[in-house]
Amino acid sequence: MNLTLKIWRQKGPKDKGKIVDYKVNDISEHMSFLEMMDVLNEQLINSGEDPVAFDHDCREGICGSCSMFINGRAHGPAEGTTTCQLHMRSFSDGDTIYIEPFRANAFPVIKDLVVDRSAFERIQQAGGYISVNTSGNTQDANAIPIPKEDADMAMDAATCIGCGACVATCKNASAMLFVGAKISQYALLPQGRVEAEKRAKNMVAQMDAEGFGNCTNTGACEVECPKGISLSNIARMNREFLTANLKK
Amino acid sequence: MSEKTTLTSSSIGRKVVMALSALFLILFLLLHFSVNFTSIFSEDVFNVASEFMGTNWIVQFIMQPILILGVLVHFIMGFYLEIKNRSSRQVKYAQYNGASNSSWMSRNMIITGIVILLFLGLHFLDFWVPEMKYKYIEGGTDATRYYEELVHEFSNPWRVLVYCLSFVFLALHLLHGFQSSFQSMGWNHPKYTPIVKRLGDIYSIVIPLGFISIALFHFFISN
Ligand code: SF4
Ligand code: FES
Repeated sequence: MNLTLKIWRQKGPKDKGKIVDYKVNDISEHMSFLEMMDVLNEQLINSGEDPVAFDHDCREGICGSCSMFINGRAHGPAEGTTTCQLHMRSFSDGDTIYIEPFRANAFPVIKDLVVDRSAFERIQQAGGYISVNTSGNTQDANAIPIPKEDADMAMDAATCIGCGACVATCKNASAMLFVGAKISQYALLPQGRVEAEKRAKNMVAQMDAEGFGNCTNTGACEVECPKGISLSNIARMNREFLTANLKK
Repeated sequence: MSEKTTLTSSSIGRKVVMALSALFLILFLLLHFSVNFTSIFSEDVFNVASEFMGTNWIVQFIMQPILILGVLVHFIMGFYLEIKNRSSRQVKYAQYNGASNSSWMSRNMIITGIVILLFLGLHFLDFWVPEMKYKYIEGGTDATRYYEELVHEFSNPWRVLVYCLSFVFLALHLLHGFQSSFQSMGWNHPKYTPIVKRLGDIYSIVIPLGFISIALFHFFISN
């Protein structure tokens, strides 16, 4: 299939940036979206132009780096997928495709489609961990009985790959689905309960400090999340945060 | 792990302020509806209920100020959050397909909210201001005036039209807002959330439709 691509080009963080039109021909419907981008970039390199910079690593939906806002949606039209898992069969011959970076003040553009998502790292560092003794006498995790349902919910929350699609798609650029998932994965397990209150307070404080917007429960994040993280994780975060604050 | 943050200045704290004021206003609306509803079947009952609301000191001097405060808090915080949220993405998308993943109501609470606020202004001018003037400045005590005033206001077709349209916007606002307040409070539960959502949908349609029907009823009776 032949396609017209409208891609955001921005030389660096300070550059104003603009949409530039490109044409790619003979794209197979079996290609992934990133392979289509590779074809374009080869074309650009051969003609001596600067290839389009975009993040990618695993190309199998687990690293969360392939941030692209395609035709007005995070990771494109297919639900429950990352950009690398999106196939060109989701498009038709002659289509025009808009490709933009994930946008939020907290995700500044580095170059073209590459954005700086280190805000997520800083939120994680504020409390997305448990303090364990690693001196060799750590208790076997399986020695603590945990209801299967809780373990399942914690695992579901832990599948968040930190891709940032929730922020990108949210009309408020809110990071609450991500932070909700990170808080929940610990809040549901006894090992995480020890520091649960401080964790909720600190991660929310960091989230606010990074300049993400406030959640208005539109539910867009849940639809666009490639890992199907549920809104109930945001409610759990709200509960955790409120009770932590009401206690002291 | 050391500890930081305060409740009131946090994003979640502000959500909770929106939610609590919303739930309070939802309760008030139900009360207001019950009183209006009596006007359909009995002039006397409506007058007695209105007179009670208008003269009881708990209602007048405790509940009424709380109500006004609730409205103020809800819309000031609403505006504040809207501005903050909009400015959280300074460079906009060239293409943004909001309809693909969220409802129109959830994305446009500010629009439906502004319409409701304008209507509230009108409603205050129509009913509340004359009532305050009559009661506290002129010292009037006619306990049967309420029904006549109501019928008088609803005899004007333009006013009835504006009134009905405003309630359509209120319905849209509630369709997202009702269940949203529960989610903001952290009240999300696999068993009860579907019930809350269903209840929210029923409330959001039935109450505004009820207000509209009462207005139309009086309009057609008096014309
Ligand atoms: S919650 Fe979903 S959309 Fe958000 S960062 Fe995690 S995986 Fe990505
Ligand atoms: S490249 Fe790793 S998730 Fe897409």
